[in-house]
Amino acid sequence: MGLFVMPSLGADMESGTLAEWLVAPGDTVARGDAVAVVETQKGAIEIECFEAGTVQELKAKPGTVLPVGAPMAVIRAEGEAAPELDAVPEPEQELEPQIKPEPAAETAPAPARGTVPAAATAVAGTVKASPAARVRAAELGLDLGTVTGSGPGGAVVLADVEPAGNRDTGAPASRLDEMRKAIAAAMTRSKQTIPHFYLSQTMDVQGALDMLAARNAGVPPSERILLGAVLLRAAALAAQKAATLNGHFTDGAFHPAEQVNPGLAVALRGGGLVAPALADVPAMTLDGTMAAMRDIVARARAGRLKSSELTRGTITVSSLGETGGEVMAGVIFPPQVALIGIGAPQLRPWVHGGEVVPRRVVTVTVAADHRVSGGRQAARFLSEFETLISQPEAL
Amino acid sequence: MTQTGMRALFLEELTRVAPDIDPAEVSDTDHLQEDLELDSMDVLNLAAALHQRLGIDIPEADYAQIATVGSAVRYLSAAASAD
Repeated sequence: MGLFVMPSLGADMESGTLAEWLVAPGDTVARGDAVAVVETQKGAIEIECFEAGTVQELKAKPGTVLPVGAPMAVIRAEGEAAPELDAVPEPEQELEPQIKPEPAAETAPAPARGTVPAAATAVAGTVKASPAARVRAAELGLDLGTVTGSGPGGAVVLADVEPAGNRDTGAPASRLDEMRKAIAAAMTRSKQTIPHFYLSQTMDVQGALDMLAARNAGVPPSERILLGAVLLRAAALAAQKAATLNGHFTDGAFHPAEQVNPGLAVALRGGGLVAPALADVPAMTLDGTMAAMRDIVARARAGRLKSSELTRGTITVSSLGETGGEVMAGVIFPPQVALIGIGAPQLRPWVHGGEVVPRRVVTVTVAADHRVSGGRQAARFLSEFETLISQPEAL
Repeated sequence: MTQTGMRALFLEELTRVAPDIDPAEVSDTDHLQEDLELDSMDVLNLAAALHQRLGIDIPEADYAQIATVGSAVRYLSAAASAD
């Protein structure tokens, strides 16, 4: 390769703000190494590189808003000649159009790399603001001095300018507001372009709960397993048998995925939602699945996910946990083609072993893309899921 | 340890699991799952943290006894003095 560009971390991502470089020129990087942290609507994301090589040049400065596809760095593969740098478009040309920097800004000392974003340098007598915020404020005829900055060191960033200009409240948009905007865009697009259909089945999970209760009774909390991990394994293994539910719909066609990488819908307190994906769950053990879930949920809450976790999902599993509602018919996360909604376990009279007895049951609902699959495939998934969850020891 | 000390310790571990909770606004009647919006993963992480900090292993069967902040502090105080 040569150019490392701002990746797309979702169909509705237009740009990201470089927060920090994790590498320096001369560093060697391996495929999958995190090379930069980028602020997105989904929080701070560690961007991984896709090929091994040597970092030759960092082109983008921390604090810069970069559109998807904008060059960020030059990473030279081993034995590869340096790419022709002049042929590379400079992102700054698009991002800082025709705005003369404040005279004082040119004499301000350069901030240490990775600490204060260069674009938000403190300058005596001027308002700290990112270039994008300055451009937008100029468009809106807004005095930056009247805006409360939410960026590093109180700098005014683009999100601060938008609500102040539009609503005249002066209140900065919080990260959660930004996340809600991203969710709104993705979900609206999903409902407008994907013909959803739904199929539900209620099934007995008492056996799985009994197995976990016995297993967890003898071990400390750090080694316990939640029902969510068992349900995730059942969903991933069932998706292997229902290929038309697992993959991406892009460029007008369905592309089935070879691996099952289930995205895990993680609700964040305050209303945020993010669905990072685990890789190849069918190849994991139950213990391994639980450990991977704990890790990814913790990092989703802390706002530190990896770029691959946001893009590799092939199907989404949304589990309402222990105290949520009974049934959920969800909205598919494009470009995926199915979302599995799992309700909270309910104690119900149930026929078990020929008798009506109290059992805990869950209702599993497949939301699927009718361009790709039909009721038969969704029924196949549910039937497979029920078989798997009825033999929890095998999960 | 006093109940007050145990409460402070509990809130410290609670806000470590859920950093967006303001300990000053937590009341003893707050339900961990319904009011403070902890999910089953958060409760597990809290139990693991308390186990590590206090050596008190809260079995799943006892989760009902730590449903609210007040009841959890009483449960932990009793378990700590029983040792």
